[in-house]
Amino acid sequence: MGMKQASGEILQGTLDMLILQILAPGPGHGHTIAYAIERRSEDVLLVEHGSLYPALHRLEDKGWIASFWGTSENNRKARYYRLTAAGRRQLSVEMGRWERLVRAINQVLRPENP
Amino acid sequence: MSWRRFIRRRWWDQERAREIDAHLEAETAENIARGMPAAEAAAAARRKFGNPLQVREEIYRMNTVGWLESLWQDARYAARGLRLAPGFAAVAILSLALGMGANTAIFQLLDAVRLRNLPIRHPEQLAEVKIAGGNHGFGLNQQYGELTRPLWELIRGRQPAFKGIFAWSADERYVGRGAEMRHFNQLQVSGNFFDVLGVQPYRGRLLDPADEGACPVKTAVASYAYWQSELAGREIGSGIKLYADGALVDVVGVTPPEFFGLAVGESFDLAMPFCQPDQPLRRDVFEVTVMGRLKPGWTLERASAAMASMSPGVFEATLPPGRDPQAEQMYRHFRLSVYPAATGVSGARETYDPALWLLLAITGLVLLIACANLANLMLARSSARSGEIAVRMALGASRTRLLRQMLAESALLAAVGGGLGIALSQTLCRALFWAVLPAGQKVELRIETDWMVLAYAGVAAALTCVVFGALPALRASNAAPAAAMKAGGRGTTAGRERFSMQRAMVVVQVSLSLLLLTAALLFVRSFHNLMIFNPGMREQGLTRSFLGYWQSNLPREQWPEFRRQLLTEVQSTPGVLSAATTTMVPLVGGSWSHDVHVGTVEGSSKFTWVSQDYFATMGIPVLRGRGFDKNDTAASLRVAVVNQAFVRRFTNGADPIGRRLRTAPEPNYPSTIYQIVGVMADAKYNDIRGEIPPQVLAPADQFPAQGPWTQVLIYSNLPPETVINTVKRNLARRHPDVIGEFSNFQDAIRDGLQGERMLATLSGFFGALAAVLAMIGLYGVVSYLVARRRNEIGIRLALGAERGQVVALVMREGARLLAIGIPIGLAASLAAGRSAGALLFGLKPYDPLTLAGAAALLAGIAAAATFLPARRASRLDPMSALRDE
Repeated sequence: MGMKQASGEILQGTLDMLILQILAPGPGHGHTIAYAIERRSEDVLLVEHGSLYPALHRLEDKGWIASFWGTSENNRKARYYRLTAAGRRQLSVEMGRWERLVRAINQVLRPENP
Repeated sequence: MSWRRFIRRRWWDQERAREIDAHLEAETAENIARGMPAAEAAAAARRKFGNPLQVREEIYRMNTVGWLESLWQDARYAARGLRLAPGFAAVAILSLALGMGANTAIFQLLDAVRLRNLPIRHPEQLAEVKIAGGNHGFGLNQQYGELTRPLWELIRGRQPAFKGIFAWSADERYVGRGAEMRHFNQLQVSGNFFDVLGVQPYRGRLLDPADEGACPVKTAVASYAYWQSELAGREIGSGIKLYADGALVDVVGVTPPEFFGLAVGESFDLAMPFCQPDQPLRRDVFEVTVMGRLKPGWTLERASAAMASMSPGVFEATLPPGRDPQAEQMYRHFRLSVYPAATGVSGARETYDPALWLLLAITGLVLLIACANLANLMLARSSARSGEIAVRMALGASRTRLLRQMLAESALLAAVGGGLGIALSQTLCRALFWAVLPAGQKVELRIETDWMVLAYAGVAAALTCVVFGALPALRASNAAPAAAMKAGGRGTTAGRERFSMQRAMVVVQVSLSLLLLTAALLFVRSFHNLMIFNPGMREQGLTRSFLGYWQSNLPREQWPEFRRQLLTEVQSTPGVLSAATTTMVPLVGGSWSHDVHVGTVEGSSKFTWVSQDYFATMGIPVLRGRGFDKNDTAASLRVAVVNQAFVRRFTNGADPIGRRLRTAPEPNYPSTIYQIVGVMADAKYNDIRGEIPPQVLAPADQFPAQGPWTQVLIYSNLPPETVINTVKRNLARRHPDVIGEFSNFQDAIRDGLQGERMLATLSGFFGALAAVLAMIGLYGVVSYLVARRRNEIGIRLALGAERGQVVALVMREGARLLAIGIPIGLAASLAAGRSAGALLFGLKPYDPLTLAGAAALLAGIAAAATFLPARRASRLDPMSALRDE
């Protein structure tokens, strides 16, 4: 939902993980998060910027991120999000799950590699 | 979803909007920095973002509770709908508020009198010790007196079941001296009374076991009300002393404002500890109520069993002396048992209980009639909106959604009507008290809207809503959209069906209001019967007085002489035609009986000792033999005048004059032989409603147990106030130590009829309300009918029908509904009447005249309600009616 990508759909729930991962080093606002996703995926994952906000709202609701109004690099007002302790735990849970999934898929695709 | 976000969902929406704007601005700025022209930069940013409104909507949806939101929508839609039809809304809300208000008011009264627990800590733990089945009139019985003081002492010492047990009794006593003497309501209690109840002092201290001791009592505790009004709220530490019953007592504390004692509907002024008199306590005066809190783990059953097993010993040890063997045997066989007492005791309960339940049923029916009216209105409203509903269904609204919306409208009406009803019920309750209770009567009830009342009102409102809302809503949502739209709301089969339902509603209303009118007429006539009933004695012009001279310190030997002197003084007062003393004033309660033997016949008879002018004063004729004269003294032969009921009971109708009657022995009343010297006409005894019991009248001077008091009945043709004032003034001048209390005999009798008066007044009011509601219903339906048949009536008129014929045509419609409704109502009245039989005086619940009267009254009302639309129909201008087609 809402996430366009170069080829096909990515799995439900991964957007949440991506957002959490991007916020892990430090706070950021919606605009920076959108560009960070695009940049780091080398423009494979193109996020429709608007779809970010319901995701942010949901994450905040679950208590994984918190928000505050701040001033951006070029002196604009923007709502900043930062990872909470619970969010940090959730991130490691989701990354663990993701890695297991990727390994499993890889093993299915290339059975010769143990 | 979090409730905080739900409540602040609008704020959050604004917040997100600001955030999105900030995002777009940032993107636009970056685009410009990359070299795009300003307009294109903004458009590109928007493209990249997607639809901001959709994003906001998605977030908004995340913040809401779906069902709550749509419920709110329904409520707002309903409110808007009702605002557009203010007339409908006003009629609906008003009739609901009246119906609900009346219902809740009666329930509130019932709650206060019967259902609510006492305002003490853990009232549910409270239990009462009584003789199972009562004491069958053994000995002397005070109000709320279940046991004797000697019994209480034994129970207190021996009982295993209660962790705290106490006794109390209520009585009217005198405070102050001489001319300043006043009544007060005394609560006599055992020392641990307040402790076991858990009542905390408001000021000072309450009583404790150390306060119990030898008479006279030295300490007292005032109720909050008495402390405020009589003691002027003085500080307790300052040593407030009062003369109570001639002895000086210290007021040591004040009870909290909410504590009224344990008798619901009454209050006390001063609470005093029991005291031990010089003589041993009497064993035949049932004056105390024994209550307590059970030990943990003890059920009522277990406690009852324990009490029953200790009963033989307790009753054997307290056997009253001087009784005949039969009475002794009965006393020995009494068994103690334990009963729940969380709601306290109440005399008001017995008086008002049946009437209140009946009134609750009556107001329930009134509410039902109001519901039928509302259902009719809703039906008419939904048929007027059938076009709109059809369009919405055609556009894809689901049936349940429509149903919900229509129900929301009735729920809103029920909620607003119910809320107003609850607000109204307080006022109604007070008005009811004011209208029903005689002036000066003191019934102290806490009328409160507690959770019980609110729950009751809530359930009633919900039921109401279902009754008047569901049926029309179901009907409307079942309409076939195509048919409704094609017909344009006119003359469809669905419409006819709906109309027949309206008729059914009117039939229900007619039959219910006939039922209520019948009830009203029955109670009004019953009350009227009581008011005009001839009790066999004079009622008007009589004043009853109570004269007490225990503060005069006269030696006992002088009492008879002093009593005669008081009577002579009253008799010689200007304006007094005659006066007589009596030990028992008739028709205002109380009872005095002895077991008697006449030859071999034995039974019980009422006894009254009167002075010689009693028969003349009361207007009771002596039919045979003689009354009393000055030769009947304490030293002469014991003589008696008996009534006709006595003759029927004891001598089988044979002339009793010259025969002897012998009384069974009782303490202070040794077995005595009276010679019957006269027969008086039957007159009612203590209650105008009761059967006339056998009665014996004996000369006042032969009364064996006269105390330092007398009751004088005064007959005069002057206004009672004048007589009372003159006698009072003379008394105060000559005997300042004598307490005098006076009241109008007829008023006192009528005070005893307040239950009947309440029923007559209220059922009359509700009957009228029901009739008015039925009238509105009938009027509405017939008007609707006339509107639907406009064309037909126009054609008839155009073809030469007389106006009278048109009126008859329409009136026949109403008559048809009456013809179905009245028999149903009569049948219902007959069925319901059986339960009201005990509350009626001088007529049967199936009294044909009343039934016919109610039916005729309703028919008249119905005719009036139909005539208005009928006349309107007959005045129809045929041209305009036909042009409308």
